[in-house]
Amino acid sequence: MSTSTLTPAPHVPLSVSPPGSGRRRFKNNVATVALTAAMVIAMIPLVLIIFEITRRGIGVMSLEFFTATEPPPRREGGGYAAGFFGTLYIMALAVVMSIPFGIATAVYIVEYGPNRLTAAIRFFTDVMTGIPSIFVGLFVYGLLVIGWGSLGFGTFVGAVAIAVMMLPIVTRSAEEMLRLVPNELRNASYGLGARKWQTIVHTVLPAAAPGLTTGSMLAVARGIGETAPLLLTAFGTGIIVNAFQGSPQGAVPMQLYRGATQPFEAGIDRAWGAALSLFLLVLLFTVIARWIGSRASVSR
Amino acid sequence: MSTEAPEAPQAPEDPQRRTLQSSRGRFADPIFKWTVAACGTTVLVILALMVFRTTTEAWPVFAKEGFFGFLFGQTWDSGGSRTEITGTYGAWPFIYGTLVTATIAIAIALPLAIMVAVYLTHLAPRRLAKPLSYTVELLAAVPSVIFGLWGLHWFLPNVMRPFFELVESTLGWFFLFEGPVRGVGYFPAGIVLAIMILPIMTAIIREVIAVQPLEQQMAGYALGSTRWEVITKVVLPSSFSGIVAASMLGLGRALGETIAVLMLIGGSQSWGASLFGTGSSMASHIAATFGESSPEARTGLMAIGVALFLVTMIVNILARVIVWRLGQFTGDAAV
Repeated sequence: MSTSTLTPAPHVPLSVSPPGSGRRRFKNNVATVALTAAMVIAMIPLVLIIFEITRRGIGVMSLEFFTATEPPPRREGGGYAAGFFGTLYIMALAVVMSIPFGIATAVYIVEYGPNRLTAAIRFFTDVMTGIPSIFVGLFVYGLLVIGWGSLGFGTFVGAVAIAVMMLPIVTRSAEEMLRLVPNELRNASYGLGARKWQTIVHTVLPAAAPGLTTGSMLAVARGIGETAPLLLTAFGTGIIVNAFQGSPQGAVPMQLYRGATQPFEAGIDRAWGAALSLFLLVLLFTVIARWIGSRASVSR
Repeated sequence: MSTEAPEAPQAPEDPQRRTLQSSRGRFADPIFKWTVAACGTTVLVILALMVFRTTTEAWPVFAKEGFFGFLFGQTWDSGGSRTEITGTYGAWPFIYGTLVTATIAIAIALPLAIMVAVYLTHLAPRRLAKPLSYTVELLAAVPSVIFGLWGLHWFLPNVMRPFFELVESTLGWFFLFEGPVRGVGYFPAGIVLAIMILPIMTAIIREVIAVQPLEQQMAGYALGSTRWEVITKVVLPSSFSGIVAASMLGLGRALGETIAVLMLIGGSQSWGASLFGTGSSMASHIAATFGESSPEARTGLMAIGVALFLVTMIVNILARVIVWRLGQFTGDAAV
């Protein structure tokens, strides 16, 4: 092919915009504005929520709010002591049940996998994160409250429901953290003559500890705010209940829900106070978790 | 890992010499392995128990109404018997409520999530991108009961209600926007759901967009494309399956969300085409009526739960399969 037969195209200086470029540039600018606007819109709800729960909740939060139980909804004063106690009780039990299980599951997946069983466990753990919380409540109700032993409503069955909600979150994050532990550490441990279980307990888990803490705390932050499964298992009450099992137990989110959906202003005010304290609690756990995670020796 | 100062190696001060010579360690290894394997298997056992226990519990209702009779029956009238099923159990009003609110939520959240994800990956100033995405994800940490409280006592009276009245007065002739505007109803529940599923959808779409190969985008720019053209013609088409997966995970959340919907949907047992009408979703109906229900009615609620579980499982498994085929990028985002 000889190029000499082609007539050269007329010279177009690069500074001249090709036809249609004005429209294209205009479109691009419109899109930029629209995308920025979308970002702003996405931020608005969070700002509004934080502003509103702070504005209406700050006045309610006092020492009394944390130490007194709730009067009938139309009366002022009093607090969510029963809810806070119940939440603490339920969360303590749920943490004891879910976190060791979740970490052990992750250890099995990472240190003894991959095989068919670990693949199945991984897949179903992922699936479990998507189970509706109300269904978990129904399941625990069917299994423990009216099923085996007819345990009735109470602290323990509520904690089981929360633990089932937390388990996949703990497992998923622990799995990722264990995968980040470098193999050199494992090999060094084996080289010193340690057995596999000694390597895992003394080398792998300590190396991954900050990450494991992060994941567990995020799971706790999720668990604290759960309402729906507790309605069906712990059932809720306005008084402080010490019983491990057998009598209905309260929790902040449940009490908040009941306070918010009744018509009296005093009860609604207390619900805003509960919302603020619940949000601060969740925020505290989330921020500390991220902080530990960010200064971990083993991180992404 | 602390690094120790180099010293002359010494014999380990371990009188029992636990590691090598003790025969105890020989059994410790298999015991440890089987313990963690048992913990792992628990997940599968819990899931199996879930399906088995709730289905057997709900079986009498399905047996009486038939599967389709249950799904499409119009009346929910629970009986008070202790031993047999005497009421009529048609879950259609609640299934309709779930579908409508989830559809509204996806319709609002999906375009917004895509735009926010594109902004975060392609437009945001580098120093702002990380704090901004943290802030959006912080929204996911807010407990749903707070969304419900805020939605019911602030967002509804101050923002949504005036907006609904405006829509009703201009578009009221259209069957979806027929009045009267009662305040609570399908539409406000759907809008608050959209806010709730926005973070998870944004997080996943952002990760999918962030891993798109840079070469193709560079090639697009080299051909003279504007940024908008690169985004719409290069980035988004190749992120399509990730966007589908994100919508399905968001949909799964929206279908199963209970408390916020319960506080905003109105809680009636009827259904109607107007988005301003009140109703119930499957999850909200369970939570609303569970407390005062007779044992028989709770069997009916269990049946709704099983149907809800089936739908969310199908949606979630499809989403997971898509995500898994995309590669293992899901981190905190998918939790």
